[in-house]
Amino acid sequence: MTPPRIGLVVNPVAGLGGRVGLKGSDGRDVQARALAMGAVPQAGERAAAALAELRGRGADCELLTAGGEMGAHAAQAAGWSTRTVYTPGPDSGPEDTVAAVRALRAEGVGLVLFAGGDGTARDVLDGLGQDRVMDGRPLPALGIPTGVKMHSAVFAVTPRAAGETAAAWAGGGGQARLRLRAAEVMDRDEEALRRGELTARLYGWLTVPDLPARIQQRKSGAPAADPAATGGIAAELAALIPAGAPLILGPGSTTHAVAAALGADVALTGVNAIALRDGTATVLARDAATADLEVLIRQGPPPCIALSPIGGQGFLLGRGNQQISPALLRAAGRDRLLVLCTEAKLAALGGRPLLADTGDPVLNAALGGYLPVITGRGSTSPYRLTS
Amino acid sequence: MSAARPSVPVSPKDARIAVKPRLRRFHQARWDEKLIFELGSPGERGVLIPAPDPQVAAEVGDPAAALPTALRRTVPPALPELSQNQVLRHYLRLSQENLGADLNIDVGQGTCTMKYSPKVNDQFVRDPRIAELHPRQHEDTVQGVLEIVHRLEGLLAEISGMDRVTLQPGAGSAAIYTNVAMIRAYFAAKGDPERDEIITTIFSHPSNAACAKTAGFKVITLHPDADGYPDIEALKAAVGPRTAALLITNPEDTGIYNPRIEEFVRIVHEAGGLCSYDQANANGILGITRARDAGFDLCHFNLHKTFSTPHACGGPAAGACGVTEELAPFLPRPTVAYDGSRYTLDDDRPDSVGKMRPFYGVVPNLVRAYAWIMALGAEGLREAAEIAVLNNNYLMHQVLKIRGVSMPYAAGRPRVEQARYSWEQLHADTGLHSEDLGLRAADFGTHYWTSHHPYVVPEPMTLEPTESYSRADLDEYAAILAEVAREAYEDPETVRTAPHRSTVHRVKEDSLEDPATWAVTWRAYRRKVLGA
Amino acid sequence: MAERRPYIHPYIPNSVPTVRKSMLDAIGAADVEDFYADIPDAIRLKRPLDLPVPLHSEAELTRHVEGLLSRNTSTRQLLSFLGAGCYQHHVPAVVDEVVNRSEFLTAYAGEPYEDHGRFQALWEYQSLMAELLETDVVNVPVYDGFQATATALRMAARATGLTRLVVATAIDPDKLSKVADYVRPGHELVVVPVDPATGRADLAAVREGLDGGDVAALYAESPSYTGLIDPALAQLGEIAHAADALYVVGCNPLSLGVLAPPSAYGADITCGDIQPLGIHMSFGGGNAGFIATRDDEDLVAEYPSRLFGLVPTAVEGEFGFGDVAYGRTSFAIREEGKEWVGTAAALHGIAAGVYLSLMGPQGMREIGETILANTAYARGRLADVPGIEVPDPDAVHFADFPIRLTGSLTAERVSEELLRRGILGGTPLADSRALLFCVTEVHTRTDIDRLADTLKEIAQ
Repeated sequence: MTPPRIGLVVNPVAGLGGRVGLKGSDGRDVQARALAMGAVPQAGERAAAALAELRGRGADCELLTAGGEMGAHAAQAAGWSTRTVYTPGPDSGPEDTVAAVRALRAEGVGLVLFAGGDGTARDVLDGLGQDRVMDGRPLPALGIPTGVKMHSAVFAVTPRAAGETAAAWAGGGGQARLRLRAAEVMDRDEEALRRGELTARLYGWLTVPDLPARIQQRKSGAPAADPAATGGIAAELAALIPAGAPLILGPGSTTHAVAAALGADVALTGVNAIALRDGTATVLARDAATADLEVLIRQGPPPCIALSPIGGQGFLLGRGNQQISPALLRAAGRDRLLVLCTEAKLAALGGRPLLADTGDPVLNAALGGYLPVITGRGSTSPYRLTS
Repeated sequence: MSAARPSVPVSPKDARIAVKPRLRRFHQARWDEKLIFELGSPGERGVLIPAPDPQVAAEVGDPAAALPTALRRTVPPALPELSQNQVLRHYLRLSQENLGADLNIDVGQGTCTMKYSPKVNDQFVRDPRIAELHPRQHEDTVQGVLEIVHRLEGLLAEISGMDRVTLQPGAGSAAIYTNVAMIRAYFAAKGDPERDEIITTIFSHPSNAACAKTAGFKVITLHPDADGYPDIEALKAAVGPRTAALLITNPEDTGIYNPRIEEFVRIVHEAGGLCSYDQANANGILGITRARDAGFDLCHFNLHKTFSTPHACGGPAAGACGVTEELAPFLPRPTVAYDGSRYTLDDDRPDSVGKMRPFYGVVPNLVRAYAWIMALGAEGLREAAEIAVLNNNYLMHQVLKIRGVSMPYAAGRPRVEQARYSWEQLHADTGLHSEDLGLRAADFGTHYWTSHHPYVVPEPMTLEPTESYSRADLDEYAAILAEVAREAYEDPETVRTAPHRSTVHRVKEDSLEDPATWAVTWRAYRRKVLGA
Repeated sequence: MAERRPYIHPYIPNSVPTVRKSMLDAIGAADVEDFYADIPDAIRLKRPLDLPVPLHSEAELTRHVEGLLSRNTSTRQLLSFLGAGCYQHHVPAVVDEVVNRSEFLTAYAGEPYEDHGRFQALWEYQSLMAELLETDVVNVPVYDGFQATATALRMAARATGLTRLVVATAIDPDKLSKVADYVRPGHELVVVPVDPATGRADLAAVREGLDGGDVAALYAESPSYTGLIDPALAQLGEIAHAADALYVVGCNPLSLGVLAPPSAYGADITCGDIQPLGIHMSFGGGNAGFIATRDDEDLVAEYPSRLFGLVPTAVEGEFGFGDVAYGRTSFAIREEGKEWVGTAAALHGIAAGVYLSLMGPQGMREIGETILANTAYARGRLADVPGIEVPDPDAVHFADFPIRLTGSLTAERVSEELLRRGILGGTPLADSRALLFCVTEVHTRTDIDRLADTLKEIAQ
């Protein structure tokens, strides 16, 4: 049996801006400024730490990389002999990441490791193509966190954790019993940010391997089953929604799974609207824009809006779901704003509040305070929402 | 008196015993003991059974012949056949491949209060006048055990401040369930069955949430605020006309005492709910503060934790529930009554939640707990609490000197009887998990436990030293943790592949999750893996 | 004599004042009070607990407890015919030797590495029970047989998505009380009365009870509360399955050397109490429950309890243990798990495992034969007593059997008269003229004859 293949691509300038107080590293002029301010590239070093972990865990796999600073150097530093499948030009840029990912894919890698931040994740997404989540055989990717901005949910917690997850993937011959999950690729609008406006967009979804926290010592040794109580959350939701009322579902793997449990096939990346009647779900709008949704709610009873926090930041509103406008939120009212989240994901926020940024300070304030987060069938947690 | 002298004189220097190394060179017993199904041979016997009296046999013949064939056993069970000595040896070897609390410095199983279980109490319960009592014996023949139960109820009532106590629940979680059942019965009797929500906290034992759910309640879970205390604003947002009760532990499993506990109780009472105190963590507050004094309506103790009964590989344990007079009608039946001269079982309790378990509870553990309290008295109980807390804060002081460990929440505040630490820094530095460190600690003859799930504290470790361990024991335990942490930084491979000196090595867990390979029994293993 | 101060308790080493002081100094604390700073003054107990004067020395404590124990009279001292959920059997000495080992008695929640022996002993218990029950899955013991029945029924309800639970055979009213409480949320429990004359299941009424097609489980017991082996047990299984209900059977595992395991006649879930398997009665402290099913992924998913599994380790040829499908439990996912799991009755499981290892197939067959024979003999002898009727004389009973008083005596009076003559016996049934008696392998013909003769004497 041939060992599984792992592809590596490093964005050598990822994270440059952070150490010198810039809010990102995207754009060649920003990178030049960062270097001029004394920033030292760290992406290669962090990628090497991940690869050292992969090696240390005795993973039997073949490593394919992009050339030079885009991967080969980090691999050598970690003691790997690798095959280079893409050679970037002297002044590499986002287009090189895209091209390297395509080359890795063409070589039949089973997992793409990439070192970078949100910008790099977007490039990987471009390289893999938007269809990979839905085509039934997703090619998984996993981020080694090196960037300044990491709103995306595609990164391991630490470089070593990325190595550990990759090792677990390889340990199963590339077929490991690791769960795959769809994770958001988010990014901020850089230009707007430098104008002082904080906005973010959801660009799409990567499929990432998920190494669950080991449940251990408790009383013995099995991996934790996913406490994704999405079936329970769906049942709870079904009981809460008035028959026929439009239910607007924000993006997110939780809401998507809940919709599936209710029998509705909705777009994974967009905002959708469904209605429930007699246990049957009807899709009212898929991947809807604000205008579609506002038309939808003009007739009939007020809508309910179900959202799940996006990424690791706890953003509930204003990141990746701006389609849900202040007008929609006002039409629903605070009581019909339903927050869905598993208990484990809520615990992972470590006490940080949920965040709302609707773009309307009055509305933000009105929505703030404790909301009953639905964590399962008959289970809630009162949790704070702030702006 | 004469002693033979060696012909060559031995120098006193040669006779000096070596100084023991600072950390013990522990190795767990490794007998490579086979499964019992691989032992013995057909025809061997472990015990013999009295045959029916010949006259009886002649009179009744084969009674089973009267049954339909389908109800008679035709194929004997495929049990192993072993001589008595072999059975004994097999199980004694397995016993040695165990770290009982009697053998190790068992401070690592936080939340479980692994204190010393006095041997004399075990002797009491092996006496036939406990072991060979049938629970349906006439009351006149069991006055002694009924008196013990009645007295223990009284002792625990005083210790908790509650009016009435039941000892029927089989363990701690069963006691939580019993309290929840009483809460349900209370509101049903009041004509207020709309109260269907129970509030608990994420740092309370998962059985609080799980028992409430099992009993049909909706569960509302409070997460901690930034300081690690249950979020009182969240509680205010949660209570209402549907609130049946608050189930809360204090100190929580972090060892942090919630100083606003009275306020919590008041908020729930004002909303019309009851308050039930999970006293699994009572060991540090015996004689210091009581459930009733903080306003609780119900509480429970785990007798196998706070009151010293042995943990027995996970039970039998024993639970005690305390309630106020208002809730007393709902106690499980029967209760033990005393008229000043005779103890009786009162089964005529129309409002009772009924039976929670057969008969009257895990009686041997009630006897042990009674004897433990009687050996200590009020002063001794308080001393046990104070020393448990001193030991915990002392151990904390030692452990927090170790590189890579920290104590999230309530910075600078003392902990009561246990503490939840975090190896987050060590994990960031080395990639090793708390579980890895725990398995390496096993190589030194100790154990530690992380925490319940979900992990709110990252890379957790929960230690509870109780009053049973000496200062030297605690120093030894801290030294082991320090050594394991040092190895994590300097020789991570050793930690990652631990244990090395246990009975077995790391198990391959994958097959436990796959229905095609999991093997809960030898029968299943034969079929799935051996193909037989 | 001078007062011995300070008082240092043998259970609390660091109460030695100099040690206590040195530890406080090491921490930089002035007093233990510092550690209680978070406990508000208002709820501090300002007085010593009002407890009896302690018995500090083991000698004093032993004297005190001995005084209490002397007011018990055990089944070693009296001739007992009590059963009805707790059984007097011989406990082999090896069982006591094993379960009294410190390593087992004081172990708890160590890893499969530190406590390999505990895992193996409990896995072997599961496996030995599985041979007896002819099922592939058996759990780590739950609290008791009542809990096992209650949980088995809820498992059936979850597995079928239905909520009606029907009881077909005579059931201990105390067990029914526990089950009724436990299934209250969202379930409907229906008890079909047994034939009052024989105690047998009323098949027509049971069929009717299952007519709606909405039944999750049909529950029967072998032996039933009155010790009856209902000849219709297999038919009950067919009735359950015809209605798409699961067949849940409670059984006495000690009977399975001679009686067919319920799985052989259609039981989907088998449950019961393991106290008869080498566990002392201890005034009701010896009960512990089991649940068993076939190895069906969907049924396994419904167990709340721990299930230990045999697995290979990182070293070739070595085996270890771990938890099967842990993610279904409340340890893993709190209230989203199935019911709950916690400390229950593991050591009783080890005892039962040792017992079954000693018994082997022959021992189990022989003990079953002896108990069946003694039960039949006792029923025959008591039937000869004037004023006593043994219902349904052709029925087969195991250990427990009922009698009915035809004269003026009440059940309670008979119990008291027996006790006066050194015999414990007769658990009164709901009908104040009926009692349950019980015999096991420990009873001799002479014992049974003495019971019959004594009853004769009382009846006259």
